[in-house]
Amino acid sequence: MKENVNQHTPMASPYVQPQPGYGQQPAFAPLDGGCPPPYAPYNGPMSAYQPGVPPQGYSSFTTFPSKAVPANPVSELSSPLDLGHGRAPPTSGPAPVSAPQVYNQYGGHHQGDMQNGPPPLTQAPPRPVASQSFNQGAANLSGPPTSYPQNYGPPPTMQHFSSQMSGLQINSGPPNAAGPGYASPHSSQPPVSRSFSAAPPPTYTQAPPPASSAPTQGPPAVSQQYYGGPPPPSHSFLHPTSQQQFTSPAPPPPSNQPSFAPPPAYSAPPPGQAPSPSVSQPQQSFAPTQPPTSIQYPPTSAPSGQYPGPLPPQQQPSFPSGPLPPRPQMPPSSMSQSNHLPPGPQGPLGPPGPPQQMPPPQPGMPGGYPPHQNGAFGPARGPQPGLMGPYPGQPNYGAPGPAPGSAPGSAPPAQKRLDPDAIPSPIQVIEDDKAKSAEPFSTGVRGQAPPLVTTDFHVQDQGNASPRFIRCTAYNMPCTADMAKQSQVPLAAVIKPLATLPPDEVPPYLVDHGEGGPIRCNRCKAYMCPYMQFIEGGRRFQCGFCTCVTEVPPHYFQHLDHTGKRVDFYDRPELSLGSYEFLATVDYCKNNKVPQPPAFIFFIDVSYNAVKSGMVKIVCQELKTLLDQLPRENPDLDSAVRVGFVTYNKVLHFYNVKSSLAQPQMLVVSDVSEMFVPLLDGFLVNVGESRQVIESLLDHIPEMFADTRETETVFGPVIQAGLEALKAADCSGKLFVFHTSLPIAEAPGKLKNREDKKLIGSDKEKSLFQPQVGFYNTLAKECVAQGCCVDLFLFPNQYVDVATLAVVPVSTGGSVYKYTYFQAQSDQERFLNDLRRDVQKPMGFDAVMRVRTSTGIRATDFFGSFYMSNTTDVELAGLDCDKAVTVEFKHDDKLSEETGALMQCAVLYTNCSGQRRLRVHNMAVNCCSQLSDLYRNCETDTIINFLSKYAFRGILNNPTKAVRDTLVNQCAQILACYRKNCASPSSAGQLILPECMKLLPVYLNCVLKSDLLLPAADVSLDDRAYLRQLISCMDVSETHVFFYPRLLPLMKLESGSLPVAVRASEERLSKGGVYLLETGLHLFLWVGANAQQELLLNIFGTSNFGQIDASMTCLPVLDNPFSLRLREMIDSFRAQRSRYMKLVVVKQEDRSELIFRHFLMEDKSASGGASYVDFLCHMHKEIRQLLS
Amino acid sequence: MATFPEYIAQNEERDGVRFSWNVWPSSRLEATRMVVPVAALFTPLKERPDLPPIQYEPVLCSRATCRAVLNPLCQVDYRAKLWACNFCYQRNQFPPSYSGISEVNQPAELLPQFSTIEYVVQRGPQMPLVFLYVVDTCMEEEDLQALKESLQMSLSLLPPTALVGLITFGRIVHVHELGCEGISKSYVFKGTKDLSAKQLQEMLGLAKPAASSQARGSQAPQQPQYNRCGALALRGNVADQILWRVLASRFLQPVQKVDMNLTDLLGELQRDSWPVVQGKRPLRSLGVAMSIAVGLLECTFPNTGARIMTFIGGPATHGPGMVVGDELKTPIRSWHDIEKGNAKFMKKAAKHYESLASRASASGHVMDIYACALDQTGLLEMKCCANNTGGYMVMADSFNTSLFKQTFQRVFSKDVQGAFKMAFAAALEVKTSREVKVSGAIGPCVSLNAKGPCVSENEIGCGGTCQWKMCGLDPSTTLALYFEVVNQHNAPIPQGGRGALQFVTQYQHASGQRRIRVTTIARNWADAQTQIQSIAASFDQEAAAILMARLAVYRAETEEGPDVLRWLDRQLIRLCQKFGDYHKDDPNSFRFSETFSLYPQFMFHLRRSPFLQVFNNSPDESSYYRHQFNRQELTQALIMIQPVLYAYSFQGPPEPVLLDSSSILPDRILLMDTFFQILIYHGETVSQWRKAGYQEMAGYENFRHLLQAPVDDAQELLHSRFPMPRYIDTEHGGSQARFLLSKVNPSQTHNNMYTWGQESGAPILTDDVSLQVFMDHLKKLAVSSAA
Repeated sequence: MKENVNQHTPMASPYVQPQPGYGQQPAFAPLDGGCPPPYAPYNGPMSAYQPGVPPQGYSSFTTFPSKAVPANPVSELSSPLDLGHGRAPPTSGPAPVSAPQVYNQYGGHHQGDMQNGPPPLTQAPPRPVASQSFNQGAANLSGPPTSYPQNYGPPPTMQHFSSQMSGLQINSGPPNAAGPGYASPHSSQPPVSRSFSAAPPPTYTQAPPPASSAPTQGPPAVSQQYYGGPPPPSHSFLHPTSQQQFTSPAPPPPSNQPSFAPPPAYSAPPPGQAPSPSVSQPQQSFAPTQPPTSIQYPPTSAPSGQYPGPLPPQQQPSFPSGPLPPRPQMPPSSMSQSNHLPPGPQGPLGPPGPPQQMPPPQPGMPGGYPPHQNGAFGPARGPQPGLMGPYPGQPNYGAPGPAPGSAPGSAPPAQKRLDPDAIPSPIQVIEDDKAKSAEPFSTGVRGQAPPLVTTDFHVQDQGNASPRFIRCTAYNMPCTADMAKQSQVPLAAVIKPLATLPPDEVPPYLVDHGEGGPIRCNRCKAYMCPYMQFIEGGRRFQCGFCTCVTEVPPHYFQHLDHTGKRVDFYDRPELSLGSYEFLATVDYCKNNKVPQPPAFIFFIDVSYNAVKSGMVKIVCQELKTLLDQLPRENPDLDSAVRVGFVTYNKVLHFYNVKSSLAQPQMLVVSDVSEMFVPLLDGFLVNVGESRQVIESLLDHIPEMFADTRETETVFGPVIQAGLEALKAADCSGKLFVFHTSLPIAEAPGKLKNREDKKLIGSDKEKSLFQPQVGFYNTLAKECVAQGCCVDLFLFPNQYVDVATLAVVPVSTGGSVYKYTYFQAQSDQERFLNDLRRDVQKPMGFDAVMRVRTSTGIRATDFFGSFYMSNTTDVELAGLDCDKAVTVEFKHDDKLSEETGALMQCAVLYTNCSGQRRLRVHNMAVNCCSQLSDLYRNCETDTIINFLSKYAFRGILNNPTKAVRDTLVNQCAQILACYRKNCASPSSAGQLILPECMKLLPVYLNCVLKSDLLLPAADVSLDDRAYLRQLISCMDVSETHVFFYPRLLPLMKLESGSLPVAVRASEERLSKGGVYLLETGLHLFLWVGANAQQELLLNIFGTSNFGQIDASMTCLPVLDNPFSLRLREMIDSFRAQRSRYMKLVVVKQEDRSELIFRHFLMEDKSASGGASYVDFLCHMHKEIRQLLS
Repeated sequence: MATFPEYIAQNEERDGVRFSWNVWPSSRLEATRMVVPVAALFTPLKERPDLPPIQYEPVLCSRATCRAVLNPLCQVDYRAKLWACNFCYQRNQFPPSYSGISEVNQPAELLPQFSTIEYVVQRGPQMPLVFLYVVDTCMEEEDLQALKESLQMSLSLLPPTALVGLITFGRIVHVHELGCEGISKSYVFKGTKDLSAKQLQEMLGLAKPAASSQARGSQAPQQPQYNRCGALALRGNVADQILWRVLASRFLQPVQKVDMNLTDLLGELQRDSWPVVQGKRPLRSLGVAMSIAVGLLECTFPNTGARIMTFIGGPATHGPGMVVGDELKTPIRSWHDIEKGNAKFMKKAAKHYESLASRASASGHVMDIYACALDQTGLLEMKCCANNTGGYMVMADSFNTSLFKQTFQRVFSKDVQGAFKMAFAAALEVKTSREVKVSGAIGPCVSLNAKGPCVSENEIGCGGTCQWKMCGLDPSTTLALYFEVVNQHNAPIPQGGRGALQFVTQYQHASGQRRIRVTTIARNWADAQTQIQSIAASFDQEAAAILMARLAVYRAETEEGPDVLRWLDRQLIRLCQKFGDYHKDDPNSFRFSETFSLYPQFMFHLRRSPFLQVFNNSPDESSYYRHQFNRQELTQALIMIQPVLYAYSFQGPPEPVLLDSSSILPDRILLMDTFFQILIYHGETVSQWRKAGYQEMAGYENFRHLLQAPVDDAQELLHSRFPMPRYIDTEHGGSQARFLLSKVNPSQTHNNMYTWGQESGAPILTDDVSLQVFMDHLKKLAVSSAA
C-alpha cells in the first residue's frame, strides 16, 4: 500500500490538494456507495453519512504520499487491493482476481478499469507512468487505479486518421494517451472491461504475458487472438481505440523532449512499454500485421525521425527497429494502427506524476502528445497497417492486400474512398460507453466526465450536480484565455435546472435557513454550497467563488471537526451535495409579497379551420379529464393551480365559470386593439369547485362554434389577454394557446404572409427567421415581467410565421408544438399526449436563473428559451423540466489548477403550489494548463449542443452559408489545434482526432445537414423556424438523438435490453429487416421489402408486405412476445422524450421513404449534404490547410 | 264674455297653452316695454282623453316656407274648395279627398273646438318601443338586489313587443346578448376607451353588410335570419335598417321572447367583482357605458323611439365622463370647488355627456338617469343627457327605497287607452303669423336648427330655430316658448286682426304610431298706448312667473349666479314701474292690480329657491331641481317656486295657510308640498300630544283623525306625482323640520321676533330678508324716480 501510494503520491497529491473538500468526498464515495441513498437519512439520523471511516482512509492516503517511496510492487499490489476492497467491496471482489492478470498485461490501467473504485483513480493515473518506468510498479499501481479508469477514462482515447492525398485512413488512438494517466485509463478500461466480458480471460492473460515478457512478441500474439476472435468489424474498430489508449500509456512517456529523458528508461522498459502498445495493437490484430507492420514501421519511424531529435529516442524505445523510414506507406495503412499506437501516448499519464523521472517527461508537456509520437512509433503502427488487413471491419484500410476486409474493394494504399467502417462510429462509441458504465456515477470527483447521454447510469450526488442537471463541454478547462482561444473548444455548460430524475435518484432536498433566507456570500452572493470553506472554528466561511470571507450567522454556526469540516456536514445538503433547494423567503418574492399559486389559461382558436380540423372538439374533450391532472406538490391534495378559458377568432371570448353560476358566461371582447380582461372573479377558478360549470362550458364550446365561418384570427391580443388576466390576478402562470392560422385580422401583432421561397439561400434569408414585427418582443418582455409563460400549439394548414409567433413562447420559457395539416384521426394521439405532458409536467414560474462562477471565468452567453434584461440574469417566466439552458463561459482572468473552476447555478422560482424556492446546482471542473488535458476531458455531445445552438442563433443575423462555414472552421480549428499541439507528429496526411472528439466530425456534419442550415426543398420556413426554437432549449441527450438518430434493427428483440443500434446509413439497412428510427421528434418503422414473413406477422399481423397499411400510427396489438416487446420499446422511447413521437410506418421503396432517408445522417442528403465520409475528407482538408 | 282667468283656464284645458299676455301689444317697441315678453308655456301632449285621433293626415299649406296645417282659423271657400292659410295667406286647393266639403260638412280640423287636433300618420312601419337598461353593478348588494327586482318587475310592465336590451357596467362594460341558450353571452368593453359608433358597430358585429361579410359569418346563430334579410338588404335604406335590427336583435329582443332569459340574466347579475382597494372608489365606467348604449341604438334604431335607462349607484370614476377620481380622499366637486375652478374633471366630463346627449337626440333616443346614492353621482355633468333628450332624471338615496321603486314603476304608468304615458322622438314646429316671430324655447328639447320666416333674430333660450326636438315627452312635459312681436310701430294692425300661432308636434306614440298634434292659437292685438288696461288685464302672472323663472334658471345655468338675481330684480322693478299704480317717490302709494299682485311674491320665493340659490345644495341637487323645474307644467312649477302649505287643526277644516313662519303654530299640523318633498310637521303641542299617545286613547278619536288627515292627503300627493316626492314626517324641533323652516317666509327671525308682538309663530334663524322687507324695498325702488 504505502509504497504504491508513495509512487503515486506525486501524482495523487496534485489531485488531492486542489480539492481538499473534494478529496474527502471522493474518498467517501466508495463507502457511500454502500449506502446509496446518502441523504435519505437526512431526516433522521444521518447514520449513512456518518461513516467517519472514510476520513480515516483518506487521511491515510494523504499521509502515504508523503512517505512515498518506491516499494515492492508486490506489497503494493496487495495493499491497493485491500484498499479497494475496503472501500468498494463489490467491485473489489471481482477485481482481485482479474486485477493481477490485468496488471501483468497492461499495467495498472486495465486493472483500474476492472475495479471501479473511483477514489483511488486519482492515484492511478500516475501509476501508468510509473508502470512505464517500472513494469512491476506499474502493474501494481494499476491495481488500485482501476477505479480511475472509470472516472477519467473517456478523455484519453484518441483516434488518428491518416490520409494520404485524398484518401483517408483513420486510426483511432488515444494520442493524448491521455497523457494524464487518467484519461488513458478510461479509454483503456472500457475496452479492457469489454474484452474481459466479451472475451474469455484467456485473451487477457495472453495479453499480459506479452507485456510482461517480450513486448514485441507479446502484442502480436494478443492481437492475433483478437482478430481471430469474435470481434466484429465494428468492435474491432472500437477496440482499437480503447486499445490504443492502453498502448499509448506505455509509449506516451516519450513526449518529444521529455520523452528523451525517459527514453533510456523506455529503452529499458521497452518491453514493458512495448507490451502495452503492443497490447493494444494485439487486440486490434497486431500479430498478423506485424510482419507488415514491421515493414511499415520504418515509415512511421521516419516521420518521427523527422521530428526534432528527440523523436528518435522514442522510436527507439518503442521499436528498436524503428528503421523503417518509408513514411509514405505508413500513413495509409498504418494510419489506423498508428492510432492505436498513439494511444500509447498514454504516456501522458506521466504528467500527473511529475515528480518521478518518468512522469516528468510526460508532463513535460504535451506529454500527451508525445504519446502520439509514441503512437507514431510508427513502428507499432506499422504493424497496424498490417493489422488493418486482418481486421474484419477494417478491410478498407490502406493495406489492400492484407485486409480481407469487409470493404472488399478496399482501395490500395492511396484510396480515394474510405470505408465507412473505418471511420469513427458513433454506435461503437455509445456502446463502449455503455459497457463501461455499469457502476453508479458519483459526482464527488472534480473534473470527471460523466457517462454519455446515451448511457443508462445511476448518479450519486457527492458534491457536484448530477450530469442530468449540468453537463459541460470540457471538464478540464484551460487555465488561460489564450489556451481557450487557441483550442477553440467552446467552454459551455448545458444546464437543465428542473430536470426530472429517474425514480431511483433522490430529488434535490429542500433546505430551510429560516427567516433570514439562505446563507450567502456577502460579496458575490453565492449561496451556501460545498465550496464554501469554513474557517476560524466555523465562525466564518470563505467563498469558493470570490474568496470573500463572510460571517456565519449565529443560527447557522456549527463547530468544525478536526479536518476543518463542519460537524453537521452530512446533515446539511447544502454542504455536502451538488444540488438542493432553498426555501426562499419573502425577500425573494416579487414586490416582497408571497406569490399566489400560478394559473393556467387555455386559449382555444375557434375559427373555421380550428373547428373543421376537429381541434376544438378534441381540446375541449381532453380538458375535461386533463384538468384533474394539473401539477401539484402533494399528490393527495387538489392542485392549487387555477384555470381559465378563452376562445377566440378575431375577437376573444372569455368565460366566467364561477362555481356559483348555473351556466357559464361568455364575455366577448371585440376591442382587440387595447386588450383587457373583462372579469376577475370567476375567470380563474379552482377546478374542483367549478367542475360543473367548466364541464358545461367545455361541452358547449364545440357546439357554439360548430357553424362558424370566421376565418380570421388574432394572436397578439390573445397573449395580451392572458398577460392582463395574470396581472389582474396578481399571479404567474402559463398560457396554453391553440392556434391555427396566420393572424391577419386587424389587431396589434397582425402579420402578413412573407414566405418567399426565393429568399431561401440568399443573404436575406436571415430576415425570415427574425420576427416580422417588433410587437411580440415587447409583449414578451411584459410577459416575462409578470411571469407569464406561453405554450403555443399550432395547427397550421399553411404558413403561419412561426418565427414571429414563437417569439413570446421562446422568450417566456414556453414551448411551441406544431401539428401541420392536423387531422383529428391521425394526429390526435400525438397532440393529446403532448398536451397532457405539457399540462402535467412539473415546472417553475416567474423564475430567475443566475450562474455564478469562480473568479477567472464568467458566464457570457446564454442559449435557450428565456429573456434577459441584463447580462447576468436569465429570466424565465416559466421553466419546465424539459428546458435546458446552454451557458457559455469566457475567461476574464486566469484560473488556477488548484482550485479548478466552480460554477453555481441558482434558479429562483415559484413552484406549482405558489411556494418560492431556490434551486442550486453546483459544479466544479478541473483546470489545466496543458492543451492535452483539455482535449482529454471533453464531451462531444455537449459541444455539439453548444455549437448547434450557437449556429442556429447565428442564422438570425448571418447568411446560412456563413454560419455553416463558421461551424466548419471552428471545428477544424479545434481539431487542428489538437493535431498541432497534442498529437504526435506525423504526416500531414494523417488525420488525428482526439479520442473524446472523434465523433465531432460526424455529429457536426449532422448539424450542418439539419433542415435549418441546409433545408430540403420540401422543408417550409415554418418548419425551420420551429426547429430553431425547439433546439434552442434542448438538452444534450435531445440534441444528440436529434442530430444523430437512433436506428435499431428489429430482427431480434430481447426483453430487458435494446438491440444494438446500427449506424444511420442506408447501407446498414437490410432489405430483409425491419428497423426503428428515432429522432426524439419522429419515430419511423422501416420495413424492408423482403422482410421475413414471420417478422411481419409478428409486427403487423400480416405476412404480406403489400398489405401493411403505411398510414397506421400505432401498431396492432398482437399477442406475441415480439409485438409486445416492440410496442413496449416504442412506449418507452416515447416516455423518454419530451414530445410524443408519432409512429410512421415506412415501407421500403414507398414514397415516404424519402422522408425517412432524410434521417440517415451518414448518407448524402437529398438537399446536398455531404455524407459522413465525404465530410470527413473535407474536414481533413480543412485541418491540413490550417496546419500548413 | 268670460273673465280672463276663465279664458286662461279654458285655453289651458283645451290647448295646454298659457301665455304671459293674452292680449298682445301690437308693436315691437311696446312689446319690449312690457318687461315680461310675450311667451307661452306649452304642454304638447296635454292629456286630452276626449280628443279622438284623426285617422288621416293633415292638410298642409302649399307654400314651401309655410307648410302650416289647415286649422279652424283659416278662411275657407267651400265652393271653390279653397282655403287660405292664416299665416302666409296662401290660397290652397283642398286635396281630392276633401271634395265633399261644405259648410255643413266640415272636417274636424275646421271646427273651432278642435283648435288642438291629433292626426295619426298612416305611412311608415309600426315602430317598436325600445328599452335599453344600462345598469351599474358597483353598488351594495342590497341596492343591487333591489334594483334587479325593480328591473325584473319592469319587464312585466312592458308591452310584449317592446324590445329590451341590457348593458351592465362596472369597471368593464358588458353588452348582453339575449336569448342565448346554455351560455350567457355578453360583449365587453373597456371602461377607459370611448368608441365611435362605427367602431362599436364593428365590434358588436353590427357592421353594414358590405363592410364585412365575415363579421356576419361569425354570427352563427343568426345565420338563417341573416339570409332572409340578405335579400331585403338590396332594397335600400329601409331594408338596411331592418338588417341591422336583425343583427342587433342579439342585443335587443322582444320582451315576450326573452322574458325568462332576461329575468334570469338579471337574477344572476353580480356586483362588479373587481376588487376595490380600501380608500378607493370602485371604478365605474359610466361614461363609456352610456356611450355604448347610445352607439348601439344609434346604429340599430335611428329615429325610433327608444329609452336608454341608466341606473347608477355612484359617480363615474373611470374613463371618459369620469367626474371624480377613484381616491376616496378627494371628494367629489362641490359648488365651492366649481367656483374656485377646482373641479378638474367637470368640463371634460360635461363635454363627453353633452356629445352623447346630442348624438342621442339626433337619433331621437331618450336618456333617463336614475341615480341612487348618498353622495353625488355627477348629475351636474350628465344633466344634459336627460335635459336635452327629454329623459327623466331621478335622484334618490338608494335603489332600495320606495322613492326609487315607486318612481320607476310610475315611469311605466299607462293612460286610459292602456298606452304608456310617454312619447318619443317628437319634433315641435312653431308657425307664427307675420307680426310675431319665435325667439326660442326653454325646456327638455334641442334645436333642430330649422331656419324660417318665423324665426326671430333675437334669441331667448334655445333659439334660432322654429323646430325643436324632444326625444322623450310625457303629458306633463312643458316647454316655455318665447316670442317677439316684430310689427313696427308705424304699421298698425288692421282692426280685429289677431296674432296666430300654430304648434305642430310630430311624435311617436307609445303604441308605435306616428302622430301629429296640431294646436292653433290666436290672440288679439292691442295698442299698448291706448289699450294698456286691457293688456294689463290679460296678464297671466302665474305663467309669467314661470316663464321668467325659466329664463332666470336658463341664465343661471349658462351665466354667473349673482347677475341673474340682479337681472331678475331689475325686471321685477321695471314691471312694477310699468304696471304699478303709484305716486312718484311715495312707496306707500304703490298699488298693484289684481292680475299682478302675486307676481312679486313669486319672485321673492324664486330668489330663495334652489333653482337660483346653490347654497346648501350640491351641484347635483341643483341640477336635479332645475331639471324638474324645466320640464314640469305650470302648477307643479309654481309649487316648486312657492311651496304649498296646509294647516290642520281643531279650529276647522284643513286650510291653506301662508308660507310664512307665522303659520308654524304649536297646535297645528302642517303639510308642506314643495314638489320634491311632502312634509308633515307637527306643532309643538301636537307633537307632545302624539308622544303622550293620546291618539291611541279612547275619547281622543278626533286627535287620531287629526293626525291621520295630513297623512292621507300626503299619500294622495305621493301617489299622483312623478317623480315621487320625498316623504318627510317631522315635528317641532325635529331635525327634518329644517326643510320647512328653510322654505317659509322668515317673517319672524331671531332679530325681530320680539318686536313682532305676541303673535306666535316660529322664529327662523336666518339673516334672509322676509317678504315684507322685500316688498318694502321693491315699492321704494319702483316709485323712485331715480330708477
